[in-house]
Amino acid sequence: MDSVIEVKQVSKYFGKKVALNNVNLSLCNSESLTLFGPNGAGKSTLLKIMSTLLHPSAGDVTICGISIHDDKPSIRKYIGIISHDSFLYGNLTAEENLFFYGKLYGVKNLKNRVDELLEKFNLTIHRDTLVRTFSRGMSQRLAIARAIIHDPAIIFLDEPYTGLDPQASDSLTNILFGFHQDKKTMIITTHDLEKGWTTATKIAILACGEIRLLEDKSNIKKENISEIYLNCIKTK
Amino acid sequence: MKNYFEIVWAIINKDLISELRTKETISSIIIFTVLVFVIFNFTFEPGASYINEIAPGILWVAYIFASVLGLNRTFLPERENNCISGLMLTPIDRGAIYLAKMLGNIIFIFIVVGLSLPIFTIFYNINIFPFLPKLLLVFFLSIAGIAGLGTALSAMAVNTKTREIMLPILLFPLMVPLILAAVKTTGSILQGKSFSEISGWLKLLTAFDIIFITVPYLTFEYLIEE
Repeated sequence: MDSVIEVKQVSKYFGKKVALNNVNLSLCNSESLTLFGPNGAGKSTLLKIMSTLLHPSAGDVTICGISIHDDKPSIRKYIGIISHDSFLYGNLTAEENLFFYGKLYGVKNLKNRVDELLEKFNLTIHRDTLVRTFSRGMSQRLAIARAIIHDPAIIFLDEPYTGLDPQASDSLTNILFGFHQDKKTMIITTHDLEKGWTTATKIAILACGEIRLLEDKSNIKKENISEIYLNCIKTK
Repeated sequence: MKNYFEIVWAIINKDLISELRTKETISSIIIFTVLVFVIFNFTFEPGASYINEIAPGILWVAYIFASVLGLNRTFLPERENNCISGLMLTPIDRGAIYLAKMLGNIIFIFIVVGLSLPIFTIFYNINIFPFLPKLLLVFFLSIAGIAGLGTALSAMAVNTKTREIMLPILLFPLMVPLILAAVKTTGSILQGKSFSEISGWLKLLTAFDIIFITVPYLTFEYLIEE
């Protein structure tokens, strides 16, 4: 199977600090990779490089066959990002936020798409409500709607469970299962082993800027993941 | 090309809607501008003959300092919820973001000029209305230059901890030619001079606009990069 995402020997330095060191990984269509790692491991930096927000100091990333060094705008059309930051404007309504991002992505039949997403994420009755009045859970649902407004093939989720209550967390897990059924390719970064395990087809552990483990989930027993994680994040 | 301008308008429209709901920027700039007019008015004798000579300076001091207040806020809405990353993740040309923010600043500053200019004429007893078409051209060229350079520097300063002070420190030295040209042309127009007599200053303003709008437009991707 052809790789949809290919990270080749990517390194990133901030001055003398090594954030990523020779990272390699590849992901095929509709695979879901959970990237575990402690704070400061380089998870968000890797996602930022894959999503074209940061330049790597060395190496290359190809998304759907396009190198980040060649055509960033085309890559951005394939990617949706869900982060602990919602990327939503508090002084705009839910509908206005979706319309705004939809226009920037050049979404066709935008009105229908906005209606469909508001319906899907149970936000139709809040469509005219200012986002600054939303609860964290509502903001997260709208942020997901925003991230998929252009129906991307690839979805990156950077610590998506941060700050969510148990109900909102379960709701997010169900949404992720939905993405899996829709054959989306996903990369999720988290340090919550339980949540990250649920939706993964592939597991990676990143520590000190290095990939310490990259395996199909079927090769790992759930009861061992905690021990494997702790062994991997030990400083070499 | 149509799509390009639709994107530019979408960003301007988003900022205008947001501003209309909060009125944070416009109200503070207008109050500041009027306060400058009032304070300077107290320092001069009513009906003094030298008012006509110093009034253009007062006018542009007020507008330039007021513009800095607005320019400082250009990218602040994008910091909320890290919207700047959301914007940067879309496949739009970075130049379109610059263009939209710059045009938005021009609109905001022109609204302030429109609302405060009548107050200026009352306080300083200067009838500007016979010269209004000529003055509008000078205002447009000057405000475009302020917004062009200020938007670019605001994008650079927004991620610094001392952005409120960083922007004026970067902006004022670079704006010296524009300030000189704006004050000189406004003064000359109020004295009834023709365009041919101030053509040198107008050329300077035009050149300033071309340089400080084109260069940031072409390099904005690097200016706004994390």
